[in-house]
Amino acid sequence: MKDIIHALEEKRDQARLGGGQRRIDAQHSKGKLTARERIDLFLDEGSFEEWDMFVEHDCTDFGMEENKMPGDGVVTGYGTVNGRQVFVFSQDFTVFGGSLSAAHARKIVKVMEQAMKVGVPVIGLNDSGGARIQEGVASLAGYADVFQQNVLASGVIPQISMIMGPCAGGAVYSPAITDYIFMVKDSSYMFVTGPEVVKTVTNEEVTQEELGGAITHTTKSGVADKAFENDVEAIGQLRRFLSFLPSNNREKAPSKPTSDPANRVEMSLDTLVPENPNKPYDMKELIHKMVDEGDFFEVQPEYAANIICGYARVEGQTVGIVANQPMVLAGCLDIASSIKAARFIRFCDSFNIPILTLVDVPGFLPGTSQEYGGIIKHGAKLLYAYAEATVPKVTLITRKAYGGAYDVMASKHLRGDVNYAWPSAEIAVMGAKGAVEIIFRADRDNPKKIAEKEQEYKDKFANPFVAGSLGFIDDVIRPHNTRPRIARALRMLRTKKLENPWRKHGNIPL
Amino acid sequence: MFKKILIANRGEIACRVIKTAKKMGIKTVAVYSDADDGALHMRMADEAVHIGPAASAESYLVIDKILDAIKQTGAEAVHPGYGFLSENKLFAEALEKAGVAFIGPPKGAIEAMGDKIESKKLAINAGVSSVPGHVEAIDDPEEAVKIANGIGYPVMLKASAGGGGKGMRLAWNDDECREGLVSAMNEGRASFGDDRVFIEKFIEQPRHIEIQVMADKHGNTLYFGERECSIQRRHQKVLEEAPSPFLDEATREAMGEQAVALAKEVDYCSAGTVEFIVDKDKNFYFLEMNTRLQVEHPVTELITGYDLVELMIRVANDEKLPMKQEDVKLTGWALEARLYAEDPERGFLPSTGRLVQYTAPEEIEGKVRVDTGVEEGAEISMFYDPMIAKLVTGGKDRKEAFDNMQQALDLYHVRGLSHNLGFLNQLCGDEDIRAGNMTTNFIGDHYPDGMTEALLAPKNPKLFAAVASMIHMRELEEEQGLSGRATPAEPFKKGKFNAFLGEKDKIEYKIKIKKRSDTHVTVKVDREEFEIESSWSPIEPIVKTMVNDAPVVMQLDTSEGGSILSHDGARIRVQLIERRLAHLLRLMPYKEPPDLSKFLLSPMPGLLVRLSVKEGDQVKAGSELAVVEAMKMENILRAEQDVTIKAVYAEDGDNLAVDQKIVEFE
Repeated sequence: MKDIIHALEEKRDQARLGGGQRRIDAQHSKGKLTARERIDLFLDEGSFEEWDMFVEHDCTDFGMEENKMPGDGVVTGYGTVNGRQVFVFSQDFTVFGGSLSAAHARKIVKVMEQAMKVGVPVIGLNDSGGARIQEGVASLAGYADVFQQNVLASGVIPQISMIMGPCAGGAVYSPAITDYIFMVKDSSYMFVTGPEVVKTVTNEEVTQEELGGAITHTTKSGVADKAFENDVEAIGQLRRFLSFLPSNNREKAPSKPTSDPANRVEMSLDTLVPENPNKPYDMKELIHKMVDEGDFFEVQPEYAANIICGYARVEGQTVGIVANQPMVLAGCLDIASSIKAARFIRFCDSFNIPILTLVDVPGFLPGTSQEYGGIIKHGAKLLYAYAEATVPKVTLITRKAYGGAYDVMASKHLRGDVNYAWPSAEIAVMGAKGAVEIIFRADRDNPKKIAEKEQEYKDKFANPFVAGSLGFIDDVIRPHNTRPRIARALRMLRTKKLENPWRKHGNIPL
Repeated sequence: MFKKILIANRGEIACRVIKTAKKMGIKTVAVYSDADDGALHMRMADEAVHIGPAASAESYLVIDKILDAIKQTGAEAVHPGYGFLSENKLFAEALEKAGVAFIGPPKGAIEAMGDKIESKKLAINAGVSSVPGHVEAIDDPEEAVKIANGIGYPVMLKASAGGGGKGMRLAWNDDECREGLVSAMNEGRASFGDDRVFIEKFIEQPRHIEIQVMADKHGNTLYFGERECSIQRRHQKVLEEAPSPFLDEATREAMGEQAVALAKEVDYCSAGTVEFIVDKDKNFYFLEMNTRLQVEHPVTELITGYDLVELMIRVANDEKLPMKQEDVKLTGWALEARLYAEDPERGFLPSTGRLVQYTAPEEIEGKVRVDTGVEEGAEISMFYDPMIAKLVTGGKDRKEAFDNMQQALDLYHVRGLSHNLGFLNQLCGDEDIRAGNMTTNFIGDHYPDGMTEALLAPKNPKLFAAVASMIHMRELEEEQGLSGRATPAEPFKKGKFNAFLGEKDKIEYKIKIKKRSDTHVTVKVDREEFEIESSWSPIEPIVKTMVNDAPVVMQLDTSEGGSILSHDGARIRVQLIERRLAHLLRLMPYKEPPDLSKFLLSPMPGLLVRLSVKEGDQVKAGSELAVVEAMKMENILRAEQDVTIKAVYAEDGDNLAVDQKIVEFE
């Protein structure tokens, strides 16, 4: 018995040391922490329950039978974040470069299965060189098992990937299926094929960082949702992010006590929308002044910035915010922003998070690049996502709501529950100038008449009253009262119940 | 008394005048341009008249538009404030013709004092001591050299119509004198259409001290003590105080009497200011007389107890000044700091934009006064003066006035555009200034590059760490209230943390936090203990505390990597981490901020109207790279040196954020 306990301790010590001090030092010298250090940062003190510390690979080729390490390159288990349960797997780059063996994959699948049973999120801290090449197809099978489990868990429990090192080849597809991908600047990268292969095939010269670094994926490709400075900040923000999310699709998001009064008025919002309809303003000011403590977790802040997506709280309750940003591309909808917002909305709807939509949209972006790129189908994703969502939907039109984009942005017609407008709202098919040029095409050489008609069109539609008279707007609210009015609407909607017809699943235009 | 007056101005001074008029029971009329539609001064007044487009040359400077507004509203008198039409004799004349009282001096005084050479002659006639020099305009370099030698170097060559540093040249020898004359003449001609230049002695270690005078139409002319305005940046005053820490009673009286003599010489009435330059031996020389209310008049009001605007209105109404010279007593100390929309961390580049967050300190009679024309949500536009507000503090002595100022500055919260609050705070904490050792060169000598990283470092980092610890604890407590816990949270009682301050070479402290009550926490920073009393909660950007029984106010900005705290003009990022994890933070690499000198960055948010270069272009220094439009003004961005364009990152029609990359150079 004593011997066994002794052996157990020895094994534990060996497992804790991962790939050994030399490799740990190498990891540190790259500004990266080890798998266990990351878990220490992530979970509440002393809450980690590790599983499968003694798992070893079963490969016997290429001398691997002589080369075994307890844990096999991934640390798995569960613990708490702010007292709330989560499952976690953290790949250990110091052990076989974090490469994925069949055993390594089994460990990951095991925690995912258990997380689904108990209904808590799974967080992956990814740092892996890729497939365990010595294992061949067994390793590939392992990846597929993880993908399959990712798909089954999708929409059941939140799945979050934090990319903290390399993630290349097939390995990228597990994070890709998860709900959110975060990356650490300068030390993480993701690509399907690396720079060497790219060079051979297309003759392009590109660095790892340019091809798949955190900046690339958060600004150009939109693959990742946010980039952080270093491991410590990344994991700190991951904890913060989790505080906005429910543990599973049957629960509501947690509430957080706040000293911020729901009836707080913000007089300065009365001057947020400039007199000149062509002058931009920062929609984020409205968000910060409306939500609890100005605390807003934005996702994809640097990608498709013409739409803002992120989480905040009102009266302590999480709300997902989708907002047009007049500062970027005048806030129009294009391919990238449609996809960004559609995916965000579907996550909110899956996990019972009310959606607050702030509208100032001049329409869809025109042009060949948009049409050839398929804006019809991509724009439809956003429309579909809004129309399908059954969570509480509160919408506020601050200025422009033109054309089809008006319909799309959580209008009354797409089962918007509460639709408000500021007095500056203009709800119309298009701007007055464009509209008059079409309606009165015959008079285009008569500038006086055009100007007259333009004014007439403005008088009729450059206000929220026509939409109000049709019941498409529930009320016109003063900007300074936005927080109290939105808070009330969300409060009223807490008990909302709405179900879509039964089906296997809908067919969103992918 | 007048029943209704019009204020031919905008911003803080319009609001200031309206306040006094209201107190006196006089109705007020404001005028406003397109850019000021909805501005505070317009809403404070009983009536408001629109006078045209944003550009002041088409609105606030147009005499006819003001006259129209007077006609429309039936105002009986006009207060011009400062700037705009306040020293325009044509305006005074026009009002006279229209039978409307001008709340200011007679037009003759305006005219006489408006010309530097003319005013100097008058001063000499009145027995006012003047800077040794030559009062006639000079246009021959050799004659200039002769005169300069007569006065003795160094000398200053000044364009007669010059101002704001333009048309001024310093010469230390004959050669510089010859060149200086020519360039001062050129600049005078180019900038003011007037190439008359005169020479005077250049005063070393100069201080700017001015006398407030006030005269009625019945022959009474008094002086209301002095103001010292030596802390200036490029002739723009930054800090002003009254009295001056430099003057003795005899000098004060001599200066006051000379100022009164000068005012009498031009039959002055209303408020005026006689500016002197004072050398290190307390010799004072006449500089100029401003025939209007000065920006910095509140410091005089605070130490004399008189409302200068009220006196101006009464005098304009032909009343006699109600006091005698011996009644004017200077009590306590007053200090004014000018809050500008500018960026001290970028060479004081002007800044414009929306006051996204704006909270001024609470006004306290005799202690804190805020003169402003804006509120949260207002726009600081590039059309007008970039001054956001004047913060005035008083105290029984100089130290108290300065202490009050530093605290008031910490309570002043402005976000949305760059401002100089931190810089003002540094100045007010500067040992030399606190000791009264200052000249008009102070800012240029001590802050040649504005605020630098090194200057932002706090002198007492442990205090910052202590306050950050309190903040961290409150945030942790709020986090613990999150619902959905598997196990109940244990209320926070005490904890061990490490604090990391700064960026590259971080300071690290061991922190022990002990919660004593809901508002009291003991923080041990290494070996030093701080007893912190505070009811701060995480919605407040201003952190008010008592630390070891002394008030400490800090401003908080949150970042993904900890709290950024500002206090006393210092600013630093503080990261708190549990002691058990501190070694991990220590492993995080410092990342040099990207070298932006290789980029053309947008200096302001705006529209890229035109990108004038493309990849591969070779560009000469001074040629246009791009045009950025902000608030209808086109700003041409030029190459600072010969460069080759490596890459372009924006295209015509893009909306640019401040600091957004436009072009990369080779």
